[in-house]
Amino acid sequence: MSSGVRTQVGQLARRSMLRTLRQPAQVVPALVFPLLLLAVNSGGLKDATNLPGFPTDSYLTFALAVPFMQGALFSVMNAGTDLARDIETGFLNRLALTPLRGLALLSGLLAGAVVLGVVQAIVYLAVGLIAGAELAAGVGGIPVLVALSVSITVAFGSIGLFAALRGGSGEAVQSLFPVFFVFLFLSSMALPLELIQADWFKAIATANPISYLLQALRSLLIEGWDLGELALGFGIALALLAIGMWAASAALKTRLVRT
Amino acid sequence: MAATSDTAQGNGIEVEALVREFKKGPRAVDGIDLRVEPGEIYGFLGPNGAGKSTTVLMLTTLLPPTAGTARVAGFDIVSQGPQVRSAIGAALQEAALDPLLSGREHMRLQTALHGIAKDERQTRSDELLARVGLSKAADRKVGGYSGGMKRRLDLALALAHQPRILFLDEPTTGLDIQSRTALWEEVARLAAEDGVTVFLTTQYLEEADALANRVGIIDHGKIVAEGTPAALKAEIGRPTVEAVPREPGDHDRMVAVLGRFGELAGASPKGAAVRLEGGESQLAEVVRALDADGIAIEHLQLHAPSLDDVFLTKTGRSLEGAEEAEAEAEDAAAEEEAGVA
Repeated sequence: MSSGVRTQVGQLARRSMLRTLRQPAQVVPALVFPLLLLAVNSGGLKDATNLPGFPTDSYLTFALAVPFMQGALFSVMNAGTDLARDIETGFLNRLALTPLRGLALLSGLLAGAVVLGVVQAIVYLAVGLIAGAELAAGVGGIPVLVALSVSITVAFGSIGLFAALRGGSGEAVQSLFPVFFVFLFLSSMALPLELIQADWFKAIATANPISYLLQALRSLLIEGWDLGELALGFGIALALLAIGMWAASAALKTRLVRT
Repeated sequence: MAATSDTAQGNGIEVEALVREFKKGPRAVDGIDLRVEPGEIYGFLGPNGAGKSTTVLMLTTLLPPTAGTARVAGFDIVSQGPQVRSAIGAALQEAALDPLLSGREHMRLQTALHGIAKDERQTRSDELLARVGLSKAADRKVGGYSGGMKRRLDLALALAHQPRILFLDEPTTGLDIQSRTALWEEVARLAAEDGVTVFLTTQYLEEADALANRVGIIDHGKIVAEGTPAALKAEIGRPTVEAVPREPGDHDRMVAVLGRFGELAGASPKGAAVRLEGGESQLAEVVRALDADGIAIEHLQLHAPSLDDVFLTKTGRSLEGAEEAEAEAEDAAAEEEAGVA
């Protein structure tokens, strides 16, 4: 990466982070709502731990992976909505008149998602541990959990960027939220894959990549160090990021028709 | 384009048969030719939807033309986009600013993206913020700025990399008279002292009249008149006299009398106006003729020729009246196709 591109990424990353930190309305819901759902689920579904084969006797520990995914969904909204606003206000045109590279723009915009991802991961984990959840991987698992959470957040954020560039409006980005939520519910969110009884549900959850992201997060919480689960989780997150960035880059070329 | 002239080689703009046609919209720009000399302020005057913004988007490389050619600062707008962008600054319609960033943060971002050396960024930013009178407000978030402050910051951002040519797309729309005058002064100074060529679109007659060395009047995508404001008005050459009868019932008779002195022109609903074929000296004859017909006059006013008269003569409509009719078809079509906000 040339020094010019590094400067561009750095400056746009700084802007993205400042924007995120200056919008409490973006940060607070992404922290509060997943934790509220965690409280409800871990209280209401704790008897699920009595099922034969359930991997832990603490449903809170099992459910703690879910806020990480829900937080990542908020990053879709935040990254995408910010870019959509830039398109709507003409700020993207201002950037287009500079020697800005497209990849630098997208990378810089995702920096805000990185900040949010780190903050979310630390808060979810801290609240979970205080509430009695376990972290089987120990202290060494914390940076890996944060890194995995950030990878997922950034990957989902890139899809938000694509939606903004393709649709050109905040509404287009927001329409993604329920779709992602359905994907989350049709995964191993509430039960491990092997304990899901309905065949159709099990088939969908098995094909759903979100199940494997959840399993990777849970592996650190419940089992300790399962390198296979972690490799699969990181691999899926990076693959989603690659697909998201490729799609966003293509959409950016259409959106920015500068000669 | 054939040979490149001195105009385009330096800080000038040269446009030949430029066309922009939108798939679902009108032919927004319909084969325009124009030249802007280095250091000149060129006013591009026309109602909403006339093709002004589409022209600016093409000349700033943000929208490819359908046909025709243009060179800006010596570079072709289609094949040499990056070189054009490095030579120009632009403040497009609606100051596109981030309400969550301060003025100084905007300057920092803009100077860095233009590749200005790190140790120069602060100095350049401070200079430009001082020039547009925003030093004190530099650390406040832009969301709290007034419309005039936003426009001034927009101008400072456009100047961040010391461009040779500046495009200003309706820079004073929506501003109060004080903010408008301050911006005019700064633009005039840029051209006079720094030699910056300015391409300014406006729908305000007085703005073009006060600021531009030359004016191009555009309507329905075509340039209908071009020249210095003085030459354009001299071309029309005829003052207008407007009269309002004391008794509304005398209106039609008054119109008939006025019609003897020249071509009728637009006027207020209660009155009528005529472009005097014989010039100002005919005013006394008009008064005598009205008096002879027993028409009492409530109000009588002589108007010197204006750019609106030029527009009226060339298009058959008043510039101010043309605004609503043409709506915002141009902008909507440009947005749809160019992805412009």
